[in-house]
Amino acid sequence: MPEFLQFVFSGLTVGAVYALVALGFTLIYNASDVINFAQGEFVMLGGMTTVFLGLTGVPLPLAAVLAVVVTILVGLALHRFAIEPVRASGAVVLIIITIGASIFLRGVAQVVFDKRFHSLPSFIGGDAIRVGGAAILPQSLVVLAGTVVIVVLLWAFIERTLTGKAMIATAANELAARLVGIDTRAIVALSFAISAAIGAVAGILITPITLTSYDVGTVLALKGFAAAMLGGIGSAVGAVIGGLLLGLFEAFAAGYISSQYKDAVAFLIILIVLFAMPRGLFGPAPVERV
Amino acid sequence: MPGHAKAAIVIALWLASGVGEASAQVKLGAVLSVTGPASFLGDPEKKTLEMYVDEINAKGGVNGQKLQLVVYDDGADANAARTFATRLVEEDKIVAMVGGTTTGATLAMMPVFEEAQIPLISLAGAIQIIEPVRKWVFKTPHTDKMACEKIFADLKQRNLTTVALISGTDAFGKSMRDQCVAVAPQAGITIAHEESYGPRDSDMTPQLTNIKGKPAVQAVINPGFGQGPAIVTRNYRQLGIALPLYQSHGVASKQFIDLAGPAANGVRLPAAALLVAEKLPDNDPQKPVVVAYTRAYQQKTGQPISTFGGHAYDGLMIFVEAAKRAGSFDTAKVRDEVERTKNFIGTGGIVNMSPRDHLGLDLSALRMLEIKGGDWTLVQ
Repeated sequence: MPEFLQFVFSGLTVGAVYALVALGFTLIYNASDVINFAQGEFVMLGGMTTVFLGLTGVPLPLAAVLAVVVTILVGLALHRFAIEPVRASGAVVLIIITIGASIFLRGVAQVVFDKRFHSLPSFIGGDAIRVGGAAILPQSLVVLAGTVVIVVLLWAFIERTLTGKAMIATAANELAARLVGIDTRAIVALSFAISAAIGAVAGILITPITLTSYDVGTVLALKGFAAAMLGGIGSAVGAVIGGLLLGLFEAFAAGYISSQYKDAVAFLIILIVLFAMPRGLFGPAPVERV
Repeated sequence: MPGHAKAAIVIALWLASGVGEASAQVKLGAVLSVTGPASFLGDPEKKTLEMYVDEINAKGGVNGQKLQLVVYDDGADANAARTFATRLVEEDKIVAMVGGTTTGATLAMMPVFEEAQIPLISLAGAIQIIEPVRKWVFKTPHTDKMACEKIFADLKQRNLTTVALISGTDAFGKSMRDQCVAVAPQAGITIAHEESYGPRDSDMTPQLTNIKGKPAVQAVINPGFGQGPAIVTRNYRQLGIALPLYQSHGVASKQFIDLAGPAANGVRLPAAALLVAEKLPDNDPQKPVVVAYTRAYQQKTGQPISTFGGHAYDGLMIFVEAAKRAGSFDTAKVRDEVERTKNFIGTGGIVNMSPRDHLGLDLSALRMLEIKGGDWTLVQ
């Protein structure tokens, strides 16, 4: 039984990381139908900028805030200089551009920062909390709490503010949205800024657990994307549930089957779920646009 | 037209100066992984070679001739390494090669040097480079087999015989795992349980939970490098496992202690004397060499020392000593003298090569270290 509990804790820890990355995908997808594969690099930028500002003597809380600002600026620049000029090209072209942007950001990070791994201290105490023979790090709880806060804020923003409604309108039909006076360009730019902010916050929260380096974004983006697909892309709740489930699949596969096949098992389960429910667990029902 | 003429003169002068410079110097080749995933190995190697070649030239060179270092960066790509090897042999006409940062690059380059009959001193870890012995191929770093033997010897001293392995699935982790499994029976060690993790995994608690549940296990060994071992160490303490934990020489750098934090205390690992230069007893024959290298490297680069730069130092100095003994840069003579290297005191150990041993290190080259209070200490 302690083993089972430990696997659950492990799964939730890793799952919360995936959930945070998956949330970043959700927003840009909702506003523009683009899956932003540079989302992992936003996560990397959040963590690495905090680490390096910290090294220059900036107090860590301030460094974290600055890192979020820097990442937002990068997100806006990505939109302005890479996405906006070719906005009419369709989603596939834009997705390929985000992959290019991801490689570019990784290369720049290699030069601006360095190629080593870095860590941040835990936010609250480093000692593990022991429950029923299993142990969980306080930082894992911070990550889980951070995920909940972001989901609630995101929900409130989309459902309760006019700008949020404008974002839904832009996603539903860009031309119609423009006709009713919505500045769709600004809305899409805003979605990049918020996604960058979510990514940066995720990077700062998870670095004490997962460590960070210039190239952590690749794997995180892959896992976060898988989590978003599993939960149903476009749904914030789905992203979180998908992330947590993916983490739990991996932990149980590593614990009960074999650590060699844990990724294979996790992706197999995702394939089976998507086969049965092609839009994911919480994906919006397909709507025919006429 | 006058513009063209000027340009032609400039180019001619530039070519002439290049040729003039090259003819007065002896070329030493180095294909290193300065960028890419193995850059943390290749970067200190390049800096070390450049620093010491400059120093040797400032003191008048070798055999009255100055050395010219020709470095190519393979980016940890074995195909690129082979292309550069061919270029070094055919165009640069080098007399010897120090390099091959990674095992893959070295294995890809070996046939080129065997065929051209030019000595190759590799800086890569795997034992396949020198077993079976190839006439023109040497190497300086310890093998992973030696690391396993060193750990097992330390276990025996503590009367521990049953261990569990948790290894990375990267090339380094796999290779060392295989060597440990192969030498365990001879050393009288039983491997009771095995787990693995991917090189980019961020949580190893499920695997460690399984190890914790095996009552026979007396110690845990973690072959791997990169950030994986740091996370294993943190998770190990998180789960409150009280058994001794052994890491490999793959994480023998200050960075591991920084990343693992307080969890690193009590971890043991085999490593070269270089890491504990200042802490060696004064009568240790390696002490003057490793202290001098440490100070020179840190002063020049401002970066913490790593054993990888040390391997490059050893390779370069073995070549220089051999060339001095040979009295010329004739490749066959230099090769013979490299093979006759005896009692060479390097950063990696005391090297005694022979026609059957192109590494020349024994187990005494590795020291057992324990991390205490965030720093290395020698286990006596």
